[in-house]
Amino acid sequence: MSAAEYPGGFACPGCAAAPAALATPSDATPDAAIRLSLPGIHCAGCISTVERGLSALPGVRSARVNLTLKRVAIEAAPGFTAAEAIAALDRLGHEAHELDGDMLAASEGDPAGRELLMRLAVAGFAQMNVMLLSVAVWSGAEDATRDLFHWISAAIAVPAVGFAGRPFYASALAALRGRRLNMDVPISLAILLAVGVSIWETALSGQHAYFDAALSLTFFLLGGRYLDHRSRSAARSAAQELAALEVPRAVRLRDGAEEVVRTADLAPGDLVRVRPGGRVPVDGAVAEGTSEIDRSAMTGETLPAFAGPGDAVLAGEINLTGPLTVRVAAAGQDTALARIAALVAVAESGRANYSALADRAARAYAPVVHLLALAAFLGWFWATGEARLALNIAVAVLIITCPCALGLAVPAVTSTASGRLYRRGFLIKSATALERLAAVDTVVYDKTGTLTLGAPEPLGLDAADPDDLPVALALARASAHPLAAALARALEARGVAPAPVEAPREVPGYGVEAMLQGHTVRLGRAGWVGAEAGSETATWLARPGRAPVGFAFADRLRPGAEAVVAGFAGRGLRQILLSGDVAAPVAALAGRIGLTEFRAGMTPEEKAVFVTRLAAEGHRVLMIGDGLNDTAALAAAHVSVSPASAVDAARVASDIVLLGEGFAALPGMLDTARSAVRRIRENFAISAAYNLIAVPVALFGLATPLMAALAMSASSISVTLNAMRVR
Amino acid sequence: MDVLVYLIPISLILGGLGLGAFFWALRSRQFDDPEGDSRRILTGDYDETPKP
Repeated sequence: MSAAEYPGGFACPGCAAAPAALATPSDATPDAAIRLSLPGIHCAGCISTVERGLSALPGVRSARVNLTLKRVAIEAAPGFTAAEAIAALDRLGHEAHELDGDMLAASEGDPAGRELLMRLAVAGFAQMNVMLLSVAVWSGAEDATRDLFHWISAAIAVPAVGFAGRPFYASALAALRGRRLNMDVPISLAILLAVGVSIWETALSGQHAYFDAALSLTFFLLGGRYLDHRSRSAARSAAQELAALEVPRAVRLRDGAEEVVRTADLAPGDLVRVRPGGRVPVDGAVAEGTSEIDRSAMTGETLPAFAGPGDAVLAGEINLTGPLTVRVAAAGQDTALARIAALVAVAESGRANYSALADRAARAYAPVVHLLALAAFLGWFWATGEARLALNIAVAVLIITCPCALGLAVPAVTSTASGRLYRRGFLIKSATALERLAAVDTVVYDKTGTLTLGAPEPLGLDAADPDDLPVALALARASAHPLAAALARALEARGVAPAPVEAPREVPGYGVEAMLQGHTVRLGRAGWVGAEAGSETATWLARPGRAPVGFAFADRLRPGAEAVVAGFAGRGLRQILLSGDVAAPVAALAGRIGLTEFRAGMTPEEKAVFVTRLAAEGHRVLMIGDGLNDTAALAAAHVSVSPASAVDAARVASDIVLLGEGFAALPGMLDTARSAVRRIRENFAISAAYNLIAVPVALFGLATPLMAALAMSASSISVTLNAMRVR
Repeated sequence: MDVLVYLIPISLILGGLGLGAFFWALRSRQFDDPEGDSRRILTGDYDETPKP
């Protein structure tokens, strides 16, 4: 990293402002700051190509690749747009996507992680110095030398413990204020008491001081905290990146002129233009134009719906064929999304009752530790009448039982496991997701977009009249509609030659028509060509003098869907398919991949209620879904997974996000989670075993600071090593 | 044992220098892209001077 890029803020006032300017959105500053995501970048050569290629563009001041985050930050002259940079990178052979700068600004640089690292460094520095001084004491320093070493240790330990231990004190205070006990209460008490008693001992030129123990405790526990933070922040920043990929913009019509604005700036009553293939940005009603609308993200229906003037459309739906002008009824936070968010909030309140394994352990553990220390103090005071000796032994008990290994037991395992899973394409967003996943006994799937790709595939082409196929191909080629495109692709793959049609014309919202040997031929919706609409997704071909012929479609399976169903079945899990789609395609899909339980025509509320009822019956539900209609069910489930292609709200509501082609590895993820929970329990057992040996020693007043240091390091290291065994 | 008067402050100062260097590295964002930095030393681009 060059000093010129990040001068650290002390070279000049302008340099100090540079990082702030980097973080501001592109359209608010004179200098354009653009962030692009580069999913394919992986080597030193790529860094040079991208940076050199971008710097050569007119207007670009600097371009800096961050390989860890797979991003590039571009500073450019005003007017330079992300589209130019993306086009340039495409010519260089790199795939790039624009990221929303506002969305990323908060996470840039990870301030919380840096603060933890700083505290960890202070604790490590102080621990090493005090440990060196302690070695001298342990090897026999006496009288004035010992006192001197103790005083120096105190001078290092007091400020270090005060600064580095702050996260523990804050969390312990918060827990005590809420009249609860968590792991941080015994930790804070042990650290503070150890330092306090050691100072007192030193003042009386005593033999034993526990400065090194207090500091190693702080250091090991901060290490656990940092591991925990790092594994989650990697997942969080990747999830944030997914959200930032969708830059919310809309085309507003004002006095007949089009302008691109942020969705948040739209007001009810504005007119918005939605191009074919685009997502509808707002809730509203169609003012002009006819088209077909893909509602699958909202309802799970695969059959496109007709939309003409006056029809209502919702944010998140996709416009398929003709341009639409939509009058805004609600934009941004007021859309139907908000209604779904309310559902999610209700559903999540049920899950908040889950208490993590570590907290459950702490609840059982903390009172025992405090009672033991108190008993040691009272017992020795009663037996000897010496308050100083009794207090010393009580502190030794507190330090030896302090959950140093317990504090590492969970974070070491979860960070190893989430690291493994991250490499296989799973983002674990929630700290307790792995524990919850391990307990799952029922899997609930959504259909469209989860088990299927939401991309149609024509069925029964072998049974169709060979005369019809060339005509159908010629018409289908004239449209960008997904059904037409799928039909054209399938027919071309069969080697069908298109019929010589003339003047093909797309009628938005209905289909395509053209002239064939002087007669009109049509391919499109059932009603338009004069056929009876069935329950299946289909497009119809009408030729003069013949009855219309239907081409039925089935949704294409997501690669690996069958393997996932078979894998979960092999592990003895109950599996249920819930879909908002009509019965016929749901039944067909269930049969195709071997699912016996399914429900069709479910509304979002019904899905959530279904999942809640399963939970009330004592089942632990894993919900896998991607649509807005699944969001409430995702939040209600014990643990939830959504693919990266899911809508934003669904990804926010789920605990785990699947990237790339990770779908087939889902059953393997369950195995990793189960093995992780096994390791966590083993780690609890290991630290309990250390305590069983060390506590009696401490209770009988035989513990020395050296023993405390050895026990603490040995248990922390064995717990960490055990965590590495997670597969 | 008089030598301790020098040795202890020296060891603390040296340790403190290390800590200070770590803080400086953290503040100047040298840990933002560990993966990229390990690869950048392999490229031929001259990365030290400010770009014109």
